[in-house]
Amino acid sequence: MNLDMTMFHQAFFEEAGDLLADLEGLLLRLEEDPGDLELLNTIFRCAHSIKGGSATFGFTDIAHFTHGLETLLDKVRNGEIKIDRSLSQVLFESLDQMKALLSVARGESASAPDSSALSARIEAAILGQPAIVAAQPTLPKQKAAEEEGWGVWSLAHTYRLYFAPGPDILRQGGDPLLLLGQLGKVSDILSIVCDDSRLPALADMDPEACYLSWEVELRSDKTSEEILEIFEFVADDSEIRLEVTSETRSPAAAAPAAPMEAAPPAAEPVAEVPAAEPTPAMAPPAALPVEAAAKAAPPAEAQTLRVATDKVDKLINLVGELVINQSMLNEVVQDFSMAKLPRLIEAVAEMERASRELQERVMAVRMLPIKHAFGRFPRLVRDLAATVGKKIELKTSGEDTELDKGMIESIADPLTHLVRNSIDHGLETPEERRAAGKPEQGTVSLHALHEGGSIAVEVSDDGRGLSRERILKKAIERGWVTENDTPSDETLYNFIFMPGFSTAPAVTDLSGRGVGMDIVKQGVQALGGSITLTSTPGVGTTFRIRLPLTMAILEGLSLTVGNETYILPLTSIVESIQPAAGDVRKIAGRTEIALVRGEVLPVVRLYQVFGSSPKVTDPTQGLLVIVENDNHKVALLVDELIGQSQVVIKSLETNYRKVRGIAGATIMGDGRVALILDVPGLVRDTLSESAALAAAA
Amino acid sequence: MAKTALIVDDSTSMRQMVGFTLKGAGFTVLEGGNGQEALAKLASAPGGKVDLIITDLNMPVMDGLTFIKEARTKAGLRFTPILMLTTESGDGRKAEGKAAGATGWIVKPFHPEQLLKVIEKVLPA
Repeated sequence: MNLDMTMFHQAFFEEAGDLLADLEGLLLRLEEDPGDLELLNTIFRCAHSIKGGSATFGFTDIAHFTHGLETLLDKVRNGEIKIDRSLSQVLFESLDQMKALLSVARGESASAPDSSALSARIEAAILGQPAIVAAQPTLPKQKAAEEEGWGVWSLAHTYRLYFAPGPDILRQGGDPLLLLGQLGKVSDILSIVCDDSRLPALADMDPEACYLSWEVELRSDKTSEEILEIFEFVADDSEIRLEVTSETRSPAAAAPAAPMEAAPPAAEPVAEVPAAEPTPAMAPPAALPVEAAAKAAPPAEAQTLRVATDKVDKLINLVGELVINQSMLNEVVQDFSMAKLPRLIEAVAEMERASRELQERVMAVRMLPIKHAFGRFPRLVRDLAATVGKKIELKTSGEDTELDKGMIESIADPLTHLVRNSIDHGLETPEERRAAGKPEQGTVSLHALHEGGSIAVEVSDDGRGLSRERILKKAIERGWVTENDTPSDETLYNFIFMPGFSTAPAVTDLSGRGVGMDIVKQGVQALGGSITLTSTPGVGTTFRIRLPLTMAILEGLSLTVGNETYILPLTSIVESIQPAAGDVRKIAGRTEIALVRGEVLPVVRLYQVFGSSPKVTDPTQGLLVIVENDNHKVALLVDELIGQSQVVIKSLETNYRKVRGIAGATIMGDGRVALILDVPGLVRDTLSESAALAAAA
Repeated sequence: MAKTALIVDDSTSMRQMVGFTLKGAGFTVLEGGNGQEALAKLASAPGGKVDLIITDLNMPVMDGLTFIKEARTKAGLRFTPILMLTTESGDGRKAEGKAAGATGWIVKPFHPEQLLKVIEKVLPA
């Protein structure tokens, strides 16, 4: 029998990836607490599981490399080798090497760095133990087994079972006799002996307690697990011993392959379900700049989703409720009379509740705790701190805040940039901090929290804060403000999100690189989010990213033009005003502009864009909603605003075709369709029109 | 002589599913939406006895653990098999349930046939 091992590769990759992620956290903790035996055991098990899996599935490079590491870790946990700084470094480098090797195995990268130098250091660390060279004792055996196909067990065992139930078994409604009867169903009982030696004198006897125990000889082709399963409910309180006394192997069976040691159970049970590529239901609310084109998540990540079983349980429960509701409804409408009206109303209400909850829960299936995005930072901060010679503590909080898996993957890069920025520009050197009367160790904090229908992630440092004069100087250089302007802090700070802004005196290895905060801002906007910052000189800086929980739901403002309702993404709205007469005028008789607090903004009459008949054509009677994209603002003329709501985004493109000025559609409570406005598109079109008009003028 | 089972769960659908399964296996089924209701049902059952109790743990009014403890104080129910329904396979809840007097457990979600298999473990045919 030839088992195609490749079918398990995906599962192995995921498992190994998880183990490596765990290992990183564990190694970081080990630096804090090198004597923690439990930690060392866990670390050893991680390496051991990776080795076992990689050997089983034929990734010899990984198995080969990890074998040495496992030997080393075994010695460390047995106290034969002490953990010191240099050994810790070897462990971290080994972790990176395993990641690189895994990436090659996944087909994500063509080659990994050569392991031999690192392996030699591991060997050296094992300290004169006979070096373990290429021939790995476990591998040939595994290979042979694979070539032969996996052995098929067809065994009959003879077992001896000792069963001494706890004294309370009867009080818990258990019945030893019933269990022994069950035993007879899965095996041939050869002999059974009851031991009544523990029975006390009649006067002392508690008639409800169990004093008996049994010794049973049995023969069965079941495994010991299968036999012990009978005693599942009483195992904790009883003494149960099951030993194999003999086994007769059918000669045809091949040698069983060395079973792969199961990985330590995940902290939470997970069910794997295939997940479609995260396709946002609409074009993201802002154009993706070419440089920041979201790096496609590696395919392996996108295909499966690990969902906590309790989430799935709840879905199953809800679907069950819906099915029952359905039959209740059927039954009510079968031969309907007005007498049944209350029951109908009740059934419909019940159905509404269940389906609303189902919608929320289904959304939640794609949600993961943000710790998946935070996970990379402890290591990043550790390495960067060493590079820049600063002392840094990383604090994270709110790691359990959940958001969409796709969001987590997309937000990791902007967050990384912000953390690097805090370390590089925000925090001072230990000397500077001492001089300023601060503790030498700076702090970078990551904090996530839910805010209504969105999530906020804050990256803060307790460093020097932003320098007003340096930003102002830069802004004047760039011509964003004049010498005489005194912009507010907020306006000034926001200049750091402008393309081409960088206050770093020298381009450092960390964040200079000519890629600035503008890319972070564009990345965040592409996800339908926004970024703001607050800063206090000498105290620190906090960047705050606000994101929708999922790409499929949009916080919008609904407005009307004529009989149509449109939705504007909330993140793109600056303000809305009712202009006074004279604030809106035509330049050169063509381009219409609005004067808003000294700013000149092009006006877009939405009814002209969509060819509808509006209630309002005079701007002073309607409203101007000012929207912004990519630092350009335009004013949209609408009849009136209705209110704020969360809408589920449906793609217009897949259901109809692409329409200029429209990003998607949604279905409102009354069943009507409302179109979602494409702000980036509207802004772009308006600017190019104005430019064309200006050129023609 | 048909056996009688009492199902205690605040979810109607769950009671229906379990009830349907047990009726199919020849049981007479009583139902309660929480521990309090279940105790009332038991009080009116012939001899205050049933052959099997299946109870959820998280319920309003009276939760499963309290119900199990209460049931075990009734003369006719001291040795009755009581199965608890749990969503967590966490051993903490199981231990609490056993301490309260539960005989066994079944982890939700389960198939009807799994339920019948578990019942075999605690109730003589």
